[in-house]
Amino acid sequence: MIYLILFLEFFKIGAFTFGGGYAMIPFIQETVIKHEWLSTAELVDFIAVSESTPGAFAVNISTYVGSQVGGFFGAVCATTGVVLPAFIIILIIAKIYDKFKNSKTVKGAMFGLKSVVVGLIAATVISIALEVFFASGLSVSVFTTTTFWFSLVVFALMLFLLLYKKLSPIIIIVLSATLGIAAGYIGII
Amino acid sequence: MKKEKLKLYFQILLSFMKIGVVTFGGGYAMIPIIENETSTKRKWISGEDLLDVVAISESTPGPIAICAATFIGYKVAGIIGAFMATLGVVLPSFVIIYIISIFLKEFNTYDIVKYAFTGIRAGVLALIIKAVVSMFKKAPKHILAYTIMAIAFALVVIFSANVLVIILSSAVIGIVASIIARKRGKELK
Repeated sequence: MIYLILFLEFFKIGAFTFGGGYAMIPFIQETVIKHEWLSTAELVDFIAVSESTPGAFAVNISTYVGSQVGGFFGAVCATTGVVLPAFIIILIIAKIYDKFKNSKTVKGAMFGLKSVVVGLIAATVISIALEVFFASGLSVSVFTTTTFWFSLVVFALMLFLLLYKKLSPIIIIVLSATLGIAAGYIGII
Repeated sequence: MKKEKLKLYFQILLSFMKIGVVTFGGGYAMIPIIENETSTKRKWISGEDLLDVVAISESTPGPIAICAATFIGYKVAGIIGAFMATLGVVLPSFVIIYIISIFLKEFNTYDIVKYAFTGIRAGVLALIIKAVVSMFKKAPKHILAYTIMAIAFALVVIFSANVLVIILSSAVIGIVASIIARKRGKELK
């Protein structure tokens, strides 16, 4: 039965997330947390793995969760589930493309979807920020830990490099990992 | 004739496997590589059609890579072509992530990996904020769009509302708003 659940949950994710990539994270997060397939920390770790390996994020995360929950066939079911909606919809659209392109309903829906995705990912930022800075719970004592300040410095530095130096995600991950390893062996974290 | 068709299917599979192997991070990073392989090299699709594919991917659910593979595969060789292209683009990341999923949990027991991920989590947070910024830039510049963003954000952060319901509601709101705008002789943008 786990195969069917994996297939259906990832089918839903594939069918209702527009824009691809990070736009899919809020819905994926809700699903994996609900089923206790991954914790937020594990999800964040996997985003890094996915950025450092080839392929689309949605495909990678579905393969990973499927494999963790249901082995090889779990991975097949989850990946098929996430791919299938796009496959079917594109086949239909390839036939009626001109109508689709000029549809006022599609344009209206896109207005709403492009807006909502910003709010949803911003909400994800909050939960991931809580995980990064307050992994051991929300309390004042967090501010006295060097791990908190280390995370804050890495975060601020990487955000600067991304926004103003336009570094690629994979370089950001390699840099953050290197800083983490250095800080770990120095004994800061 | 039949032999030629088989050769074409095989060629599609191989081309999209190549695309699947070399695109790290997925999303828009895949577009130039898809263009080089399918348009410049193979002449399967014109540059203009490829732009259409990107536009379609934005207004349909699912990862951009899957949408593009299905669409191009279908244009070149019908439904089997679509299937081969999609299989090709998914296969490399499926294999890589499946292998990683077997080892990732064991990796996590090493100190060096733990340190690396402490740094990486802060870096991923920066990556996601970058995604929010670029999606905000692509979103409609309209008071209704900002309202949708704010409400979606608040509903998830404060009330842990269901993400799927929020996504569908925003599409409906967009459709209704565009109908109202048209009745007033305006266009919702």
